[in-house]
Amino acid sequence: MSLAPERSGNDCDVAVIGGGVVGLSLAYGLAKTGLAVTILDEGDIAHRASRGNFGLVWVQGKGLDNPDYARWSLASARAWPFFAAEIEAATDTALSYEQRGGLMASLTEDDLDTRCNDLRRLHNRGQDCADFERLDAGGMKRLLPAIGPDVVGGTFCPHDGHVNALRLFNALHAAAASLGAIYRPNATVEAIDRLPDGFSITGATGEIRAGKVVLAAGLGNARLGPMVGIHAPVRPQRGQILVTEKLAHFLDYPLGTIRQTDEGGVMIGDSKEEVGFDNGTRHDVLAGIAANAIRIFPLLAQAQVVRSWGALRVMTPDGYPIYERSVTHPGAYLVTCHSGVTLAAVHASHVAGMIGSGDWLPDLTPFAAGRFADVPSPG
Amino acid sequence: MTRLDLVIVGAGPAGLRASVEAAAVGLSVMLVDEGREPGGQVYRGSESGAFAGTAKLGSDYAAGAVLAAAFRASGVEALFGATVIQIEREADGSFCVSVATGHDKAVVVRARAVIAATGAQERPFPIDGWTLPGVMTAGAAQTMLKADGVVPDGPVVLAGTGPLLYLLAAQYGALGVAIDTLLDTAAPGNWRRALPHVPGFLTSRYAFKGLGLLGKALAATRIIRGVEAVSAIGDTRLSAVTYRKGATERTIPAHVLLLHHGVVPQINLTWSTGAQHRWNAARLAFEPVRDASGKTDVPGLFIAGDSGGIGGAQAAEAEGALAAFGVLRMLRGTAGDDDPIEGRWRHRLAVSLRGRAFLDALYAPRQSHLSPPDDVIVCRCEEVTAGDIRKAVRRGAMGPNQVKAFTRAGMGPCQSRMCGLTTVAIIAEETGLSPGDIGHMRLRAPVKPVTVAQIASLSEADERRTTESPSATRPRK
Amino acid sequence: MFRRLVEPAGHVTVTIDGRPFSVAAGETLSTALLLAGFAGLRRSARLGRERGPFCGMGVCFDCLVTIDGAANRQACLVRVRDGMAVQTGTRLPALADTVPE
Repeated sequence: MSLAPERSGNDCDVAVIGGGVVGLSLAYGLAKTGLAVTILDEGDIAHRASRGNFGLVWVQGKGLDNPDYARWSLASARAWPFFAAEIEAATDTALSYEQRGGLMASLTEDDLDTRCNDLRRLHNRGQDCADFERLDAGGMKRLLPAIGPDVVGGTFCPHDGHVNALRLFNALHAAAASLGAIYRPNATVEAIDRLPDGFSITGATGEIRAGKVVLAAGLGNARLGPMVGIHAPVRPQRGQILVTEKLAHFLDYPLGTIRQTDEGGVMIGDSKEEVGFDNGTRHDVLAGIAANAIRIFPLLAQAQVVRSWGALRVMTPDGYPIYERSVTHPGAYLVTCHSGVTLAAVHASHVAGMIGSGDWLPDLTPFAAGRFADVPSPG
Repeated sequence: MTRLDLVIVGAGPAGLRASVEAAAVGLSVMLVDEGREPGGQVYRGSESGAFAGTAKLGSDYAAGAVLAAAFRASGVEALFGATVIQIEREADGSFCVSVATGHDKAVVVRARAVIAATGAQERPFPIDGWTLPGVMTAGAAQTMLKADGVVPDGPVVLAGTGPLLYLLAAQYGALGVAIDTLLDTAAPGNWRRALPHVPGFLTSRYAFKGLGLLGKALAATRIIRGVEAVSAIGDTRLSAVTYRKGATERTIPAHVLLLHHGVVPQINLTWSTGAQHRWNAARLAFEPVRDASGKTDVPGLFIAGDSGGIGGAQAAEAEGALAAFGVLRMLRGTAGDDDPIEGRWRHRLAVSLRGRAFLDALYAPRQSHLSPPDDVIVCRCEEVTAGDIRKAVRRGAMGPNQVKAFTRAGMGPCQSRMCGLTTVAIIAEETGLSPGDIGHMRLRAPVKPVTVAQIASLSEADERRTTESPSATRPRK
Repeated sequence: MFRRLVEPAGHVTVTIDGRPFSVAAGETLSTALLLAGFAGLRRSARLGRERGPFCGMGVCFDCLVTIDGAANRQACLVRVRDGMAVQTGTRLPALADTVPE
């Protein structure tokens, strides 16, 4: 069954492989340019960083050693208000996006000094790098009245914000669908083959033919990339997250590791563990996360944790994204990153535009996959 | 750091009997339970409840006091008022059990084996208005009776299907408590589907007990069979119940509505520990996969009692004993089951399970009650309706985890205990897939909500094993 | 809505929303609240609707009340103690920095 308009013998203009926030942002952006898009996704059980992420739209501290990435993150954060308004209007969904700035709390002077030195070094690399402000304990208390006495200070970055990540995920599905994009779940891809005017993509639900193919399959890109001649050695990096019951609003700003959602629940998280594909939780790691949260906000001690999970970040060897177009398979693209929420705005606009038009602009050249040519595939 | 042979979770009949038998053969055992004393739900209040030491709630209930006494005599250390947060299997094959014990305290207990005996819960019966105060489950009402000697006052309606509904009606009848109406919602074809199981039923203890029950309940109560729909009416609390049978719709005043839809295993703990589960189409529930001794595919994890599949209190007790022998065999490396005591428990289990298939068929809920109309709230915590779930499925969410991400169903404090099965039923209806192929939404730690302070204290708790706890109490005088 | 069939051996005093109530010693808190005439114990988090005891065995999380300053505790799993202070009607708990033990 072909669900999309027939064009040059293909089922669709572009097939996006991956139905997470990255794939959906691209699919939405591509559909907005008038292309017929089909999204091929896995089923109910999949690694799905999009179901486990923290919901920050964040630039503070990003790209300390990579000004291109710092600029790219900031560009997306600046585009986010427009992106959010557009998605909300298209889907009648409140994303609860807020960009009032975000904070990092320090429990020692050394940590605060290091953080400030890093941010200053980045800031001094030129315009278009994120502003920040150093706050002492009193400054933190003014912004965060619930902060605990162990916090010696912190940093504030006005570009940071947060969003209801699950509603974003849901709304991106709806927004892409509203522009005619077809969503196919349970469609794990097994092979991608070149055709004279596009690609044949075969998998769990049969074959579809597409003019272009975009790999946005998260950790699956390591397996899929070579099918179109792109080496993308991504690996999982686990982060564990605790979520509390819904509480009365007490937190006006998100912190890098603690935020209160619009619904009232507090998310606490951010471990970084190299444990392969194990997305479970460990009591000792959760204990450390919980203890740290109590030092920052003592009132959290009595909050009840209703859920916890481990989610797998999609990490490249240097931690920065890959944006690549295939040389061997023209018309095939690969996009991968661990900050799919922050970068959603530029994915839906710039990157989708470049893939749609085929004009690869210099913004993306620092993120080419070639930098990992010497890195073996994981596993 | 001390390591125990065995941690048992749950102090109902399975957990208590497992404790007694494991202690008798010399294993070092700790029992953990949320309640304040032995008994679990079925024997709740056996030590200190309103009917402790009496036969007023029947001889089955009185058996709980005997078992509780045997447990107290066994010397097994118990953590009451304690909540298991997580069970992890370590690289060396042992278990690390995190337990919340006090206001901001938790302990980490290490053991070579675990018996999960977390029992059953009532199957959700989502109807219009079931979140109103005054609407409760039949099990809740029975617990109030057992623990506190308290019964409904004013017009009371029972609705649903399952033996417990009639047992409660009979217990109320025997105590002189009037029930206005019992709305039986079992599907009309159930008798026919139950017929092949009649021979097994006739040799069961339920045959005698069941007929007696029904007689008592019938005598005292107006019973309306074949009820197709029930809704609870009220503004801030229940004031009436509306029911429909064929073309007839009636509204009757009610201060208390007691719902029941059968019982299903509590699987949050076993699922989160990684054991394989499968769909039981006859019982309409997910059950862990286990062998005759309760052994699962997670080495060292055993499951006994209703949390492995509904068999009732007597079967649970037998399974508790068998699981204890299974653990012993695993730890001591002995083979075979030539132990005559084990053989006797095996026989008791077989006898106890007779007649279950008949009851499962006779009291099966209607499909339309498993997958309610769009307006009905399915997830009570996040207030997600059946319509919200259907919309998510139509948007491409093919399973419960994606539905959860789209709708928040299952994300609240009950951790999908109240909405999990209904969510699966709705997805099954929408997609035409079987619940077994769809699966349950993933269940993770914490198995029950615990405070951030309790989780934080796990790091220190890990350094020492606390053997004394303020909650390890003897029965109150 | 509910009544006692068995007269309790003793009584204790608990405070519910600031008012003292004499309740049966050792009784389940949710039962004591129902007997004291409190049908709704809290408001639901999202829509703010009245909720009361439902499952009676600790699985539904609808009988949540504040007990001695600790918010959202399950009344069906707790027994009354003399001097216990209970607050009903909470929708989203506001946490205090310290909670008395």
